[in-house]
Amino acid sequence: MATGIRDKVVILGMGCSRFGERWESNAEDLMVEAFQECIQDAGIDKKEIQAAWLGTCFPEISVGQSALPLSVTLRLPNIPVTRVENFCASGTEAFRGAVYAVASGAYDICLALGVEKLKDTGYGGLPEFGSNAGPRNFLVQPNITAPGTFAQLASGYAAKYNIPDDQLKRAMAHVSAKSHANGVKNPKAHLRKAVTEEQVMAAPIIAHPLGLFDCCGVSDGSACAIVTTPEIAKGLGKKDLISVKALQIALSNGYEFGYNEWDVDHFVTTSIASTRAYEEAGIKNPREELSMIEVHDCFSITELVTMEDLHISPRGGAIKDIMDGFYDADGTIPCQIDGGLKCFGHPIGASGLRMLYEMYLQLLGRAGERQLKDPRLGLTHNLGGFPFMNICSVAIVGRYEKR
Amino acid sequence: MVGITSYGAYVPRLRLNRMAIMQHMGWFAPGLMMAAGGERSMCNWDEDAMTLAVEASRDCIKGTDKKAIDAVYLASTSLPFATRQNCGILAAALNLPEEGLVTADFTSSLKSGTTAVLTAIEAVKGGEKNAILVTASDARPTKAAWFFEMWYGDGAASLMLGREKVIAEFKGSYSVSCDFIPTYRGSQAKFDYGWEERWIRDEGFVQIIPAAIKGLLEKCKLSINDIAKIAYPCYLSKRVHGDIGKAIGASRDKLVDNMHEVLGDTGTAHPLMMFIAALEEAKPGDKIIMASFGQGCDALLFEVTDEIKNLKERNGVKGALAYRKEEFNYPKFLKFRDLIQVEMGIRAEAKKQTALSALWRNRKLVLGMVGGTCTACGTPQFPKMRVCVNPSCGAVDTQIDHEFSDSTGVIKSFTGDMLAVSVEPPAIYGLIQFDGGGRTMADFTDCELGEVKVGQKVKMAFRVKYYDEERDFHGYFWKAILQR
Repeated sequence: MATGIRDKVVILGMGCSRFGERWESNAEDLMVEAFQECIQDAGIDKKEIQAAWLGTCFPEISVGQSALPLSVTLRLPNIPVTRVENFCASGTEAFRGAVYAVASGAYDICLALGVEKLKDTGYGGLPEFGSNAGPRNFLVQPNITAPGTFAQLASGYAAKYNIPDDQLKRAMAHVSAKSHANGVKNPKAHLRKAVTEEQVMAAPIIAHPLGLFDCCGVSDGSACAIVTTPEIAKGLGKKDLISVKALQIALSNGYEFGYNEWDVDHFVTTSIASTRAYEEAGIKNPREELSMIEVHDCFSITELVTMEDLHISPRGGAIKDIMDGFYDADGTIPCQIDGGLKCFGHPIGASGLRMLYEMYLQLLGRAGERQLKDPRLGLTHNLGGFPFMNICSVAIVGRYEKR
Repeated sequence: MVGITSYGAYVPRLRLNRMAIMQHMGWFAPGLMMAAGGERSMCNWDEDAMTLAVEASRDCIKGTDKKAIDAVYLASTSLPFATRQNCGILAAALNLPEEGLVTADFTSSLKSGTTAVLTAIEAVKGGEKNAILVTASDARPTKAAWFFEMWYGDGAASLMLGREKVIAEFKGSYSVSCDFIPTYRGSQAKFDYGWEERWIRDEGFVQIIPAAIKGLLEKCKLSINDIAKIAYPCYLSKRVHGDIGKAIGASRDKLVDNMHEVLGDTGTAHPLMMFIAALEEAKPGDKIIMASFGQGCDALLFEVTDEIKNLKERNGVKGALAYRKEEFNYPKFLKFRDLIQVEMGIRAEAKKQTALSALWRNRKLVLGMVGGTCTACGTPQFPKMRVCVNPSCGAVDTQIDHEFSDSTGVIKSFTGDMLAVSVEPPAIYGLIQFDGGGRTMADFTDCELGEVKVGQKVKMAFRVKYYDEERDFHGYFWKAILQR
């Protein structure tokens, strides 16, 4: 009988590079920047890492294929290194590999590192797939982009709940303005400028109805974690332990865009993954038990509907909670306290680990100017793909308490 | 009885007001004013002679048994492929059975539309074939600020030839074939090269068409007074079109309008287009001549039968002309036809290679929009996959072919994407739900973002999906258009 991951693995150390348009940096620089912080935080020697996972989504435009870029960059001592890719959920996938490896007892100490160097394409937005989307997809799939597919949630959501376009646009603007306000307080964030809801709503359209400020930054960056067992961490003299409470991934199976039911109003996968995660973490009422959340706000509308799929806001009730300030920095459950993908930035492979990094800092009281008061449980939600077909990962971390 | 059993037509929705050409280019070619009245049809950026042909053919074969079609002939002078039979794409788009079907392209001359009809009739008369679909289509490239840009239009017309339920009986034909060259295009050239219009008129139109029609009347032992309508093209001017009528002694009322003001000359399709326009107004017993003009002329005589009253509703030329949106944006016309270079950005450089092996495996899916219906649970689905998509079914290898091309549906979600590479931003696409089941993420075309709403009704159209400039490959797929 499976017992889940709860409290079997703790985070020994974490690191995160500054995110942004890092014109001066190679992927190598970003990886080293994140890793140096992480290894110092962990307080171990590099040689003590027994296995590693690398998460990166677009290696063809940055580090190249395989896990060799991580092994070579860090000069790892010929340990097993695995590259994982699951679209934007690649960072959480890398973390999952490392955590499961420790939990299995196969290794004592493992590394998970995510990196993406996106700003070498020569244009804005994510890389264009073209016929690299797969020979069959290329023949039949519209020339979709990330904003174009996520934007459709707005039309589906508005139709389902009969919400006037301007009301939805205003709530989306609140989501972005809130993250911008949070990003100002984060020295590692890509975008550190406050904007008003009016500015968000007046921005040029990228994919109707999403404007420029409804879209997250396309950034370069890296984040990483070293994980081990609670016993080893204690043995190393660590006191305030942060443990993994839940780690869930749910993938689409074609139901959304192939069967006749889904209304393009929410994420089927998120709804499932979060339910499983709460069960794994022993959370009965997420609205009351979670202290903070970092969600995959690639677009404002994504964050908006995700509040419902995480079962925090009721169906059709996200707008009210958002406008009430429930998810603001001073609200009941602050969301994107580090600025989120929106302002911290979104180097694909690093994002899942970046979210965990913020939870880790907050739980340890190391979040500086943006420190929340006494957080106990943090949830990260890292989503890859498109609303109609995606990979949803949900992780919950919290203070390690012996049951 | 052998003759026409069905017809169909398609004209792209956009009509370029000819004054738009004049206003932009009159400074350069003031003479254009002479042809600047009315409007010409123009392809949307994702239409070409191939897609027009598919739409006209769909109109023609609506409600007929596809298995009963023995052959398809495609006539055009502006087909996308020099090798790779274009008619094969048409047959695949119509999802006709591959086994037992004959397909052929008729090209190189503007009279190839009528020649294809004649060849089809002869095959049916000979008894080898029972039903042949003939589609003529043209969307011809022309240089900017040239008379031909004014005169030409884009469009396609289809005729089904057979022996059952004949609506217009074939009574005879007469052809003149000669190497008269009003314009020509070498095999490597993009545009036609043409001789002086006055010579084309005096030695061409006014001589060759009358010679063929006179020959036909003599052969059929009829006088011009026995004929109700005469359909022949002439793009030069209304006056020259009338002069041809005079040369055969036909009164003005017998001449079918050349549709210069509302359509423009649609090349190989035009004799068929004009003939269909006449059929739409005809009564049983009417004798109608269809004649062409190219390297000679084919003149064909048909007599309308009582069966025309039983012909099912279709778009035809009337419906095609009613599907219309005026365009006054001449630079847009130039961009759609790739006559001006626009900065498309680095994003547009993404690889567009077509895996021919994958296209072959998936030809029904891609060209025919064929999905599946699960025989275990009855769920229609697109694409057809090995495992049923219904979460409470999941049966393996239970799906039979399900054609979605004629399905209607509703919009579930949409966007207008300014980031996606598009000839006409924003790229509008979204999820559509087919009536009766099945759904797909589809590009929308022939619409503006402001018109698109969730819940709106759509139907499918065969369009250009991409053009691979590097390898000169035209990729086609189906898109959603609003039901208007």
